[in-house]
Amino acid sequence: MKLRINAPAGTPFIDTEREFDAPRELVHRAFLEPELIVQWLGPRKYRMTLDKWDARPGGEYRYVHGNDEGQFAFHGVFHSTDVDNIVQTFEFEAWPGHVSLEQIVIEDIGSGRSRVRGHSVYQSVADRDGMVESGMSEGMDDGYNRLEELLARLAHPVGATS
Amino acid sequence: MNVDQLSTVFGALADPTRRAILARLADGDLAVRDLAAPFPMSQPAISRHLKVLEGAGLISRSRRATVRLSHLEAAPLRDATSWLARYQAYWEERYDQLDELLARLQREATATPAQQPTPSKAPKSKKRKKQRGRNRS
Repeated sequence: MKLRINAPAGTPFIDTEREFDAPRELVHRAFLEPELIVQWLGPRKYRMTLDKWDARPGGEYRYVHGNDEGQFAFHGVFHSTDVDNIVQTFEFEAWPGHVSLEQIVIEDIGSGRSRVRGHSVYQSVADRDGMVESGMSEGMDDGYNRLEELLARLAHPVGATS
Repeated sequence: MNVDQLSTVFGALADPTRRAILARLADGDLAVRDLAAPFPMSQPAISRHLKVLEGAGLISRSRRATVRLSHLEAAPLRDATSWLARYQAYWEERYDQLDELLARLQREATATPAQQPTPSKAPKSKKRKKQRGRNRS
């Protein structure tokens, strides 16, 4: 299940697309419920803690990724939480004033599967590229190593916990 | 590479003729005349494309006798690719974790006796997809 990315030259947009083996409603919950979001949104090597998480139109959020080496905080406001239109602002606190608008659309593609489409709008092309240069690179240097670990774990599952 | 340079590189790569020019230069240096040959385009039009590529640092041009040769410069291309690769790795890590979470939630839902398991195909396709998709990525 490959992530597809499109960052059209000369535009301040980044589009992503990814399919998931889960029904639309469950994916929707994973994007909105605080106890679920902390289990996947953070880089693997960091703990993700929610300072605020009010997932409804007008609600604020603030979360921190961190370990002993450092902490990285992000905040914003939800504008819509509909399954076909999750819209929120997003700001990396180490780069204040550079606010992006993030949209997530979750589609039912049948057979209990979903497609998640992300559309990010930055204030300028330079902001878009700068976000990747600064924030995105945090915790990503060893991203591929983490992926290997994940694959190893999947090959030897610990088993369900229910 | 700073962000402005990166934008210039992406801008230069956004045109199919310019990408075709780069592909041809990968085989060796060429003069404008030779570069223009396969395109339904005048030499001045090709020259304008070369100027854009040169401005982005994607090619360099040298003069040999009366001919100006274009040469492919690989470094900016590598930078442009690594920029996207970084963004990709960022989201891939998160979405792989989301995959794991969704699989676990569905396993738990079907394993809970109180909850009548719906006859959906989700748990079945989940297993299959995991073998196929995850090992490959």
